[in-house]
Amino acid sequence: MMGFLLAAVFKIALVMGLVLLAVAYLTLLERKVIGDIQVRFGPSRVGPFGLLQPIADGIKLLFKEDIVPTNADRFIFIFAPAVSFIPALIVFAVIPFGPSFVITDINVGLLYVFAVGSLGVYGIVLAGWASNSKYSLLGGLRSAAQMVSYELSLGLSVLGVVMMTGSLSLVDIVEAQGGNWYGIFPKWNVIPQFLGFVIFMISSNAELNRAPFDLPEAETELVAGFHTEYSSMKFAMFFLAEYANMIAVSALATTLFLGGWQGPLLPPVVWFLLKVFGFIFLFIWVRATLPRFRYDQLMGFGWKVLLPLALANVMFTAAAILILA
Amino acid sequence: MLVEYLPILLFIAAAALFAGGSILLSSLAGPWRPFAEKLEPYECGMAPVGMARERFSVKFYLVAMLFIIFDIEIIFLFPWAVIFKELGWFGFFEMGGFVLVLVLGLAYVWRKGGLEWDEPERAAVDGESRTVPTEQRAGTGFR
Repeated sequence: MMGFLLAAVFKIALVMGLVLLAVAYLTLLERKVIGDIQVRFGPSRVGPFGLLQPIADGIKLLFKEDIVPTNADRFIFIFAPAVSFIPALIVFAVIPFGPSFVITDINVGLLYVFAVGSLGVYGIVLAGWASNSKYSLLGGLRSAAQMVSYELSLGLSVLGVVMMTGSLSLVDIVEAQGGNWYGIFPKWNVIPQFLGFVIFMISSNAELNRAPFDLPEAETELVAGFHTEYSSMKFAMFFLAEYANMIAVSALATTLFLGGWQGPLLPPVVWFLLKVFGFIFLFIWVRATLPRFRYDQLMGFGWKVLLPLALANVMFTAAAILILA
Repeated sequence: MLVEYLPILLFIAAAALFAGGSILLSSLAGPWRPFAEKLEPYECGMAPVGMARERFSVKFYLVAMLFIIFDIEIIFLFPWAVIFKELGWFGFFEMGGFVLVLVLGLAYVWRKGGLEWDEPERAAVDGESRTVPTEQRAGTGFR
């Protein structure tokens, strides 16, 4: 019992440190990659290749003035960044990084991820409402409607994987993807569940509020959306949450569809991190390439295209499993 | 068993400690020189007009209600998916009926225009009445 808890504390410290470090350097990576795509340098002044930029940003944010606007709901205004940050981090509690490296393997792992992941929307809505700014309120509302709409397709898109595995535990899901079909194709869920994978990627992009679904913070019309009024470390919390969510979604996509840590030759943890990095790069690439949706297009796409498609995918997968069994 | 959930509690505590600690630290480390204009909500440099918490589009409520309906459907689908292989064709048709009812509901909402964000019919009527005759528009030019 004590040994289990000690191991858990050690793993929590390791995962939290790793995620926060990764988040810090993800901001640099994103600026560098987008810079390269747009044929410019990106940050290059602070340290070699701008490598000290995240540290400089962090120190700067720490020493900025902490402003609470007049008529803002003070308690909620201070509380909201933490509400948005904590769920983004604790999703990592059930993600298997390697064969025996998971903080805790609970039998409803996937349900836990969705339950915790959807808590993040509270942080955004509360921030938008508490700020007493019109832009914040509009951004928060849009964000809520958008995240809520795409959560449906997100939840439905993983059901095919659950049906094939017969378990909600992420460890079981990864272990079921070991081995090969016909000796060459890895038994990853992305092959039989390709439609589910595509729906998952699109809706998770919308859940992350990232381009082309970044309407909640559409700079050209809403200044910065729900975090317009935030400054200092509270502002940084929203950014940490956003990037931690991006890593969490990439890790989840890896776990569910790309066989998690499964892979030949290289150590499992390396495989896992490589796949996660691939997804993160994809998210950055998408942001650099695609223009923003219009709001009615966004809602229409979620409700009229993705939701029926995801439902059809569930029933089709069910029939396919029974026919092939 | 429930012991498996202890690490999650620990993780929540650690994350909350980090969030609270860094917010507290920055409020201590940063300067504090407030004045009325600085504390005003941002409105592109103009003096803010009225309160921000005004009425907003009823559409948002509609989306929230639709979300509740379909989210409950998904909650029912999760346990079904876990034991699906044991249920076999019986489970398939049982859930098929349930999903069919909800798809009919979605079709109904769609038909009624509940999924249209900008109400095309009314927008078209408004657009017509607002159309300015061509000769009138030409008269306001630079000629």
